[in-house]
Amino acid sequence: MATYAAPGRPGSVVSFWPRYDHFIGGEYVPPARGGYFENPTPITGETFTEIARGTAEDVDYAVHAAEGAAAAWGHRPPAERALLLNRIADRIEQNLEALAVAETWENGKPVRESLAADIPLAADHFRYFAGAIRAQEGMISQLDADTVAYHFHEPLGVVGQIIPWNFPILMAAWKLAPALAAGNTVVLKPAEQTPASIHVLIGLVADLLPPGVVNVVNGFGVEAGAPLARHDRVRKVAFTGETTTGRLIMQYASENIVPVTLELGGKSPNVFFADVAAARDAFYDKAQEGFAMFALNQGEVCTCPSRALIQSSIYNDFLDDGIARVEGIVQGHPLDTRTMIGAQASNDQLEKILSYIDIGRKEGAKILTGGERADLGGELSGGYYIRPTVFEGHNKMRIFQEEIFGPVVSVTRFDDYADAIKIANDTLYGLGAAVWSRDLNTAHRAGQEIQAGRVWTNCYHVYPAHAAFGGYKQSGMGRENHKMMLDHYQQTKNLLVSYSEHAQGLF
Amino acid sequence: MPGDGRVDVTDAAAGLLRRLTGRHGPLMFHLSGGCCDGSSPMCYPEGEFRTGAADVHVGDLAVDGVREPIPVWTSAAQFTYWWHTHVTIDVVPGRGSGFSLEAPEGVRFLIRSRLLEGEE
Repeated sequence: MATYAAPGRPGSVVSFWPRYDHFIGGEYVPPARGGYFENPTPITGETFTEIARGTAEDVDYAVHAAEGAAAAWGHRPPAERALLLNRIADRIEQNLEALAVAETWENGKPVRESLAADIPLAADHFRYFAGAIRAQEGMISQLDADTVAYHFHEPLGVVGQIIPWNFPILMAAWKLAPALAAGNTVVLKPAEQTPASIHVLIGLVADLLPPGVVNVVNGFGVEAGAPLARHDRVRKVAFTGETTTGRLIMQYASENIVPVTLELGGKSPNVFFADVAAARDAFYDKAQEGFAMFALNQGEVCTCPSRALIQSSIYNDFLDDGIARVEGIVQGHPLDTRTMIGAQASNDQLEKILSYIDIGRKEGAKILTGGERADLGGELSGGYYIRPTVFEGHNKMRIFQEEIFGPVVSVTRFDDYADAIKIANDTLYGLGAAVWSRDLNTAHRAGQEIQAGRVWTNCYHVYPAHAAFGGYKQSGMGRENHKMMLDHYQQTKNLLVSYSEHAQGLF
Repeated sequence: MPGDGRVDVTDAAAGLLRRLTGRHGPLMFHLSGGCCDGSSPMCYPEGEFRTGAADVHVGDLAVDGVREPIPVWTSAAQFTYWWHTHVTIDVVPGRGSGFSLEAPEGVRFLIRSRLLEGEE
């Protein structure tokens, strides 16, 4: 048990620079128009560094740098690209505490999560794609005795990646690792709420990266993100965010005829069948933890299990136990390793969550615990904290249908299997879901019938690199993680070769 | 008629819209769904976001000093879940995100909601 010193204070394992420029072509470059913006920590609300306010000129310069590096990087043998990824992973692992504290100070998440999940997963992601690219093979088809079709994987070139603020380093790793493994060069735009921690990572690996292979342009979406998404020399755009911006990015992509991958969130159902409560044993305890998982990362997870569906016959007891579990969540200083829930990432996020708690009340949903802002006192009074909140209501309410992106779960009951599936699928989204049952036939069937890209079965919030992640319905298109992700960063070159000396006989 | 009397704007948000109109010309809103900065009003130069058959024109905001009403859109699918509520576009300090125009000002548009009542 420990409390880490805040970055820059005596005894801290990490410090931020007072200012971050863009990282372009292997060096830090000031913004063309000279603007900077302040970056506060959500833990106290105080500014701790300032960030380059990028514009189209900076994006263009970064794309130019990435283009210059693309041919050489794309032609590097897979073994060399894999080696670079493995070395990045080693640096991440060697600097686990520094990166975890930086990530927590940046985003507000509890350091025990960044130590145990965000940063180790980021390292593993680089290792996974280092392995995947070495194991990848092209395909050969023997079409007839003298004709062979060879299929090669080729990189796309320069790819644009727009990173969300909920897992600033891990989500960058999710996008960078497959793109680099596949031989692309990257222009990455971090979220304006969390623009600094990625630069701590860049600082640790800059000497490993050939200039121009990874470029980071900071700034606001409208000033830097949009110019990147519509840039006519970017060959693919990857975005994690919300539906309207996702559609706008598709519109831009249609102008340039380039592919996109979009991860746009969800309203994930967490379904508890009655047999979960057949015994008060370790599995029941695990299911209870599964119920409380909506508070992971303060609920700021695209797959937050924000709808809990509990079978009627166990509803009251299971929910009572679940509320007790939620009330046991330790809220406190995010740099204290005992803390389980930290600060929401920004003031506007806090305000949005409170506005949803408000409409939930007005629609007649009942607050069973939480439902308010938390003032944790001292320097934390300036931060953005919400009590973990459990609502009881029905699936047509807005708090059951719209993504709140906070530590808020909306609970309802179902009578039987068919009812559970109907409610689970009554949503615009289909990113995550979970089914909990001791009966594997029930669990398997439900997993098949729920329309979501990831159905956790008797677990939740597990993110191994070797499991595909992505959305059905309005939750997006394309996948992340898993070796299939390489396909999203490659194009197929077919060499159709004749080994015959004879004319085809047409002319 | 969807939209009539469904949307409103606070004085603070209206003031911001006047400034943004001065800088960017006519504006539009599209109410977003999904994660991160979803469930939020996105403000664009009018026409920047192409609406289509999948969208509903929810209403228009009349802002003093802005000649044309500012249209508010959302996706038809999302509208089916909040047709029974009235939304007011407000503004709060924040970092924003997405490509909404106000983020560089250090503020973020936000939706405040209430139930529609009786004749509304």
